[in-house]
Amino acid sequence: MTAFLELAHISKHFGGVRALRDVDLSLEAGEVHCLVGENGSGKSTLIKIIAGVQAPDPGGRIVLEGREHSRLDPILSTKSGIQVIYQDLSLFPNLSVAENIAIGSHMGLPRPANWNRISDIAAKAMARINVNLDLETMVSDLSIANRQLVAICRAMAADAKLVIMDEPTASLTRHEVDSLLRVVNDLKSRDICTVFVSHRLDEVMEIAERVTVLRDGGKVGTFDASEITSRRLETLMTGHEFDYAPPRPGGEAAEVVLAVRNLTRPGHYEDISFDIRKGEIVGLTGLLGSGRTELALSIFGMNPPSRGTIEVSGKPLIASSNRVAIASGVAYVPEDRLMLGLALGQPISANILATVLDSLAGKFGLIDPAERVAAAGDWIVRLNTKVSDLENPVGTLSGGNQQRVVLGKWMATKPRVLILDSPTVGVDIKAKDGIYEIVHRLAAEGVGVLLISDEAQEVFYHTHRVLVMRQGKLVSEVHPLSSTERNLQEVIYA
Amino acid sequence: MKPSANRPLISRFVRENATTVTLASIFMALLAVFGLILGDRLLSVGTFQSIAFQTPELGILALAMMLALLSGGLNLSIISTANLCALTIASVLQFTIPWGASGSVLWLTWQVGAVAAGLAVAILVGLLNGLIIAYFGVSPILATLGTMIACKGLAIGLTRGNVLSGFPDPIVAIGNGTFLGVPLAFLLFGVLCVFVSVVLRRSSFGQKLYLVGANEKAAQFSGIHVKRVLLLTYALSGALAGCGGLVMMARFNSANASYGESFLLISILAAVLGGINPYGGTGKVSGLFAALLLLQLISSAFNLMNFSQFLTIAIWGALLIGVSALRSGTGIFGRLLLLEFWRAKSVVSEKA
Amino acid sequence: MPKTIQRWTRSHEFWLLAVVVVLSMFLTAATDSFLTLQNLFDLLTSTSFAGILAAGLLVVLVFGGIDISFTAIASVAQYVALTIAKTYPIGWFGVFFVACCTGILCGLFNAAIIHKVRISSVIVTISTLNIFFGLLIYITRGDYITSLPSYFREGIWWFEFTDSNGFPYAINFQALLLVVAFFMTWVLLNKTNIGRQIYAVGGNEIAAERLGFHVFGLRCLVYGYMGFMAAIASISQAQLAQSVTPTTLIGKELEVLAAVVLGGASLTGGNGSVFGAVLGVMLIAILQNGLILLGVSSYWNQFFVGCVILLAVSATALSQRRRYA
Repeated sequence: MTAFLELAHISKHFGGVRALRDVDLSLEAGEVHCLVGENGSGKSTLIKIIAGVQAPDPGGRIVLEGREHSRLDPILSTKSGIQVIYQDLSLFPNLSVAENIAIGSHMGLPRPANWNRISDIAAKAMARINVNLDLETMVSDLSIANRQLVAICRAMAADAKLVIMDEPTASLTRHEVDSLLRVVNDLKSRDICTVFVSHRLDEVMEIAERVTVLRDGGKVGTFDASEITSRRLETLMTGHEFDYAPPRPGGEAAEVVLAVRNLTRPGHYEDISFDIRKGEIVGLTGLLGSGRTELALSIFGMNPPSRGTIEVSGKPLIASSNRVAIASGVAYVPEDRLMLGLALGQPISANILATVLDSLAGKFGLIDPAERVAAAGDWIVRLNTKVSDLENPVGTLSGGNQQRVVLGKWMATKPRVLILDSPTVGVDIKAKDGIYEIVHRLAAEGVGVLLISDEAQEVFYHTHRVLVMRQGKLVSEVHPLSSTERNLQEVIYA
Repeated sequence: MKPSANRPLISRFVRENATTVTLASIFMALLAVFGLILGDRLLSVGTFQSIAFQTPELGILALAMMLALLSGGLNLSIISTANLCALTIASVLQFTIPWGASGSVLWLTWQVGAVAAGLAVAILVGLLNGLIIAYFGVSPILATLGTMIACKGLAIGLTRGNVLSGFPDPIVAIGNGTFLGVPLAFLLFGVLCVFVSVVLRRSSFGQKLYLVGANEKAAQFSGIHVKRVLLLTYALSGALAGCGGLVMMARFNSANASYGESFLLISILAAVLGGINPYGGTGKVSGLFAALLLLQLISSAFNLMNFSQFLTIAIWGALLIGVSALRSGTGIFGRLLLLEFWRAKSVVSEKA
Repeated sequence: MPKTIQRWTRSHEFWLLAVVVVLSMFLTAATDSFLTLQNLFDLLTSTSFAGILAAGLLVVLVFGGIDISFTAIASVAQYVALTIAKTYPIGWFGVFFVACCTGILCGLFNAAIIHKVRISSVIVTISTLNIFFGLLIYITRGDYITSLPSYFREGIWWFEFTDSNGFPYAINFQALLLVVAFFMTWVLLNKTNIGRQIYAVGGNEIAAERLGFHVFGLRCLVYGYMGFMAAIASISQAQLAQSVTPTTLIGKELEVLAAVVLGGASLTGGNGSVFGAVLGVMLIAILQNGLILLGVSSYWNQFFVGCVILLAVSATALSQRRRYA
């Protein structure tokens, strides 16, 4: 095989910060190559250099189809067949499928729009990867998976020889991931190189032929996928060996804080019954679309069930809104921290106190400033978070510390039941441990925790028992103490 | 106090009140420049009194606009709400003439009642806005554009476009009287500024308003009753617009369906100049106050220099663009200016 | 095919058309004068100014921007053009040329500031409204222009004919410009690649930038086009009014915005059609016209217009909420 693209000695500085140092990368036609690394390891800078959006520091070498360049620009790299599919897909929701795929034919100098040509290009691109979508449908009316197909078709229409997919599976269900992988195999058979950028190591191992690991802007190495395990990858990414503490026992005889009975909401989940005891950490896992988040939202009062009952500490919870649920002791840390968890532009203090503003208010609904500072500061101390100023915007904190603020604002409500929806997404592996530590401490203080995650490893090592959902139903319960991680994986993917 | 302990406090104050400090500095600089040109004609009690007379109308309306902007919205209906409120007060007052002598308790009570009726109408309009925005999910620009046209239409329809004029002395005094040399309207404006400031910074409602403006979804997930916060915000915005209407009618001693329409866009200009983020979530009353005084200073000085008031509004527009450019820090020039300014400021405050 | 029809019946334009048709049928039945050539021509003539502006504003909204300053641009354009036309024999072509150049320049100024300062276009155009308008009145001292050239005063009067009552009709200047403005906008948005780029940027600006669209160029084009349309509208208005008053156009900006939004253009960009904008303008014009014909005092005009806008935006929002619920 010959290299389609070869990068040598690529570095990149932003001001005084070194984002990439001396990275080599070679991509061959028809291979599936994975690029992995933690947040800030330089993955996205590398992609931008390949896409020509950013120029590398002088001294590097880029060889594209045998031709040497000191840098690429967007037009050159597009012309040479490099297509990047960003995580947000970069589609136009207000345009039809056909226009999105053939958007390239709208580029350039003013001229009449050629609608026949557009349908033609779109149809051909879809045929190349055996996809069939209605050309006239608006992209806003498509599912995420179908939108992704449109994005891939757009790359096809642009005669891609190298397709870079940034976190393509982040919002897909397992079934959809499978069909995506089939498309990738199709690309391979056409001698098109695919680069996957992913943090889901399991998937990486499943499809990659070669894996390149980046850490702190440098390249750790390129490995044959057959020679490496996901555990090893994790170590390479972080530079740390991780010991997985064996799962811990706990919460057998305590009182029940959350009792869910026959909860049903057609289309979301069906006939769900389970208990959580005081101090117990219960995992809830299952593939995307299995109804996990919908169930959690129902307990949190934001997705009313049509049948069944929820009891918190023995009292029935009939929530017309999440305010009722919060009042009876339910707390919920949403998966999408940036959109749903925090107001990034607001001070750290305001975010921490967002849930308890009413109880802080005294006469005439006024809040004593001293009390406000004290209350917010108290939580910061309890969460072991380093903060230079409580009045700084919460957006200035790192992902891990932001998540601590979210936890803090829920701890402030003194919950009986804490629901955590994928609490460590986008958090560095090092910072993850800090979050688990807080969760374990809360459980020790008597809170019942429901930990939702799609990473089997996460729930296996951090919970007392694991509930597995599939297509809206509870299908199994796994006890980590008497089972194995592999067993849990099998139950989930069955 | 040790200077080392002092420094972070000062720099923190400057950082947290960057807008106010910037605007206040521009104000002082302009005051010096205009003072050099105009001398005693500018630096007189009369000038400051005229600024104090002119600020409240626009100022109160800008407060009303500010609340809507903070919530991430906009209130285009403030002027028509103000006029509707003024016309309500005026028409209630028209019945007062045959009743009781001037100065009697009944006469005074009737006026208070008239003002209350006017404010009630203003609050109703605000509630309607809030209902449509929060509960129907209409975008604030569209909802308030609709109520703006409907309210103005209602006022025109009921008055047939006529002017209602001639009010009792106490009402007129709100717009034209002074207390210890300070115009009553300015005092009212000051009271409302303090009120809004306390509501925003100290009350749980105010804290919620900032959170809703910054990220509505996150606020909802935190258990904040977003719809109720928005409803209250627009009701309060309506009430403030009503107060603006009261001051306007008192100053002109008349009310009409289409008074003060030029204030609408100017109030947005003033609020944004005052550091209110047009996308919601950030902004302080102090910044708005400084922006208003700055605008009025320019207006008064130009007036003394016999420039047309239209040149003034052109300069206002340019000022907003200039300050925004400075704030967004685009261009080396803007960034340098901002940096130098802060550095200079902290040196000055340390020496002092 | 049925899918196309289904898509059409769910569209905003379909419902708007239904309302316009029902309202027109009602007015035809209820009044003698609604469906007369004279009334329809009057309608066309009187909506010319707002309609032409609506065509320009539609393009800006589709792009994802907003412009509040177009009434000030129109005032400047007509003042400059007709001041020159008063003294120099520049003719029709000259009047349009000067006005359009002025309008486009003002529009480009908006685009440049929005691009440079990177603050929201509402705030920029509120500022430039004040700048354009303030400077215009300051320089002209608010003087009217009354003695317009004779060719301009006569206007255009094509295909003249006389009805049975002896009233003369013709395709007049205002109607012509209105139709041309909407046709040009339709061609731009639907028949050129540039129009599709405008839709694309309105739908997802970041994506457009990544694909290598020349977003600044498009922004200049869009705001320049708005300035161009403001100039055309101002000439139409000046010809109708037979004079130029620099203060008369200011304050109409939000009414035009209301008409375009009523026609389904969204303030977040990417959505809106020429047909919808035409219907939005028509609905407001017919409503106002109908109220007068029905003998409702014209003082109540605005009230009903406001109520219709409130009803329309509420109904749209509620139906969308239901669809996504």
